[in-house]
Amino acid sequence: MGNYISKIFAKSPVGPIQEHMGTCYRCAKELITFFGYVVAEDWEGAEASRATIVALENEADDFKKQIRSQLPKSLLMPVPREDLLELLLVQDRIANRARDVSGLVLGRRMRLPAPIQEGFLAFVSRNIDAAKKARKSIRELDELYETGFRGAEAELVESLVHELDQIENDTDEMQVKLRSELFAIEQDLPPIDAMFLYRIIELTGDIGDMAERIGRRLEVLLCH
Amino acid sequence: MEDQVIYLVLAGVFGLFMAWGIGANDVANAMATSIGSGALTIRKALIVAAVFEFTGAVLAGGEVTSTIRSGIVEASFVVDEPQLLIYGMLAALLSAAIWLLVASRRGWPVSTTHSIVGAIVGFAVVAFGVSSVRWGQVGTIVASWVVSPLTAGLFAYFIFSSIQWLILTREDPLHRARKYAPFYVFITVALISLVTIFKGLSHVGLTLTTPQAYAVSFGFALIVALIGRFFILRIKVDKRAEKKFHYATVERVFGVLMVITACSMAFAHGSNDVANAIGPVAAVISVAQTGVVGQQSALSFWILLLGGGGIVLGLATFGRHVIATVGAGITSLTPTRGFSAELAAASTIVLASGTGIPVSTTHTLVGAVLGVGMARGISAINLGVVGRIFVSWMVTIPAGAAITIVIFYLLRFLLG
Repeated sequence: MGNYISKIFAKSPVGPIQEHMGTCYRCAKELITFFGYVVAEDWEGAEASRATIVALENEADDFKKQIRSQLPKSLLMPVPREDLLELLLVQDRIANRARDVSGLVLGRRMRLPAPIQEGFLAFVSRNIDAAKKARKSIRELDELYETGFRGAEAELVESLVHELDQIENDTDEMQVKLRSELFAIEQDLPPIDAMFLYRIIELTGDIGDMAERIGRRLEVLLCH
Repeated sequence: MEDQVIYLVLAGVFGLFMAWGIGANDVANAMATSIGSGALTIRKALIVAAVFEFTGAVLAGGEVTSTIRSGIVEASFVVDEPQLLIYGMLAALLSAAIWLLVASRRGWPVSTTHSIVGAIVGFAVVAFGVSSVRWGQVGTIVASWVVSPLTAGLFAYFIFSSIQWLILTREDPLHRARKYAPFYVFITVALISLVTIFKGLSHVGLTLTTPQAYAVSFGFALIVALIGRFFILRIKVDKRAEKKFHYATVERVFGVLMVITACSMAFAHGSNDVANAIGPVAAVISVAQTGVVGQQSALSFWILLLGGGGIVLGLATFGRHVIATVGAGITSLTPTRGFSAELAAASTIVLASGTGIPVSTTHTLVGAVLGVGMARGISAINLGVVGRIFVSWMVTIPAGAAITIVIFYLLRFLLG
């Protein structure tokens, strides 16, 4: 039995994009648990936590592939396909960074030097805050589609993106401070450890940057 | 005399078969958006379809039926060999019905309108020669197949844009939806009643003066709008489903409006597509009785009843299954969108019915959906499928013509 009329309506990518963001956020959030184990030097716990991160990252990857495959070029959509794919890519990088950071720390059994421990944990959690705000903004995506990306709902999303920017500013400042704290003690650390600590800070900071870029992508969607 | 009885019986049976096919398969396309958006359950859709397809066919189906009956073949060519027209119209009915059934089973997007027009042109060329076809009229019809989806698309674009501008983009969309929704109901009902009263009712034997027509239309529209308002105000906010702006409740308000546009769609579909079944029947009957393609003789009321009844029969037997299948595939269409598309399509089709132009309900609805899509209303429309649907009519016309010609020769051999 043919139902070609219903085939006109392609599956909406909105729900899957929101779910993908949810998964990426949960993946990044697991870093807090992970670093809890790292600080306690509980490597078994860290390993279990890392397994959760990898599983969530894989789940996000599957979502991403599935969404891409249901976005062929012949779709008429309210926003350009490229912008949605770009948004998806940025969301996905949040999960990727969580995987990279946890992999590096676990692989090298890295210890966080006591002087920067507190600052680093705060820095991680602020980056996760940024990801959370990004998720909150993405949760408005279905409402944006409802209104045609205009009006009061668009203003609401703009204000969310503004809050997101402020959190990202915080993470930038924390990152600068954290690096200078590390610089102050780097003489006392094995050089390679110090190098990788800088690298971990940088990768963790990427989560906040990616969250901010999600905000930029949303603004692009609002401009069309 | 005996021949006449055979012709009348055959025409009645084939016409009923065609109407049944339209009811079983074609109506589903008209109702699908209402079910897909959740505005109607399948059971309610069946009832709405049965009632309004029937009233549409009987009250507003006359003009298009006249076009199919006597607008395509030049009457002067038929006088010498009237039985050829009878064979031809019977063949056209049978081939369009077969084509509709095959295509529906296979899932090909065909239009009954396109196949019946192709069929009539096909046999007329074979039976009476190329010059027997009123090419001017056929040209108008074919042009309308391009114009009707475009018009519906344009209507839909502006209707949906107005909903965005008046309701969706505002700070208080729910309040505004409750306020403006009855106006949309009023416009919908007034427009469709006006066209029906001006153009359709004369075939039922009712004539109203212009002021009377306006008074009746606006009065009726006002009553329906007030009833709609009553239901709209009863809708309560569902806190669990809501974010800040109550869009889920706004959609439920439009769910009420969609019940009205679903009725309009069924009415419009009945008014235009019933002609595909009973236009040829009417032609056979007038020729069998008078020997010419009766242009003056009035369309018998019972033929409209036959068409409307056949459609309801088709709905009752197979409609449920087909409507369920088509409706289930449409889930991304919310009531604000479905309302815009249906209102645009129904208005366009009823206008065409009033002018006596046979258009494709499906193509018009697809045009309307595209219009909503252009206004950024639909999250993803499959343009490939849309393209295939629009291309299909080019295939349908020669196919309808070819099958008809074969059946025409068969009938002439068997009956002649």
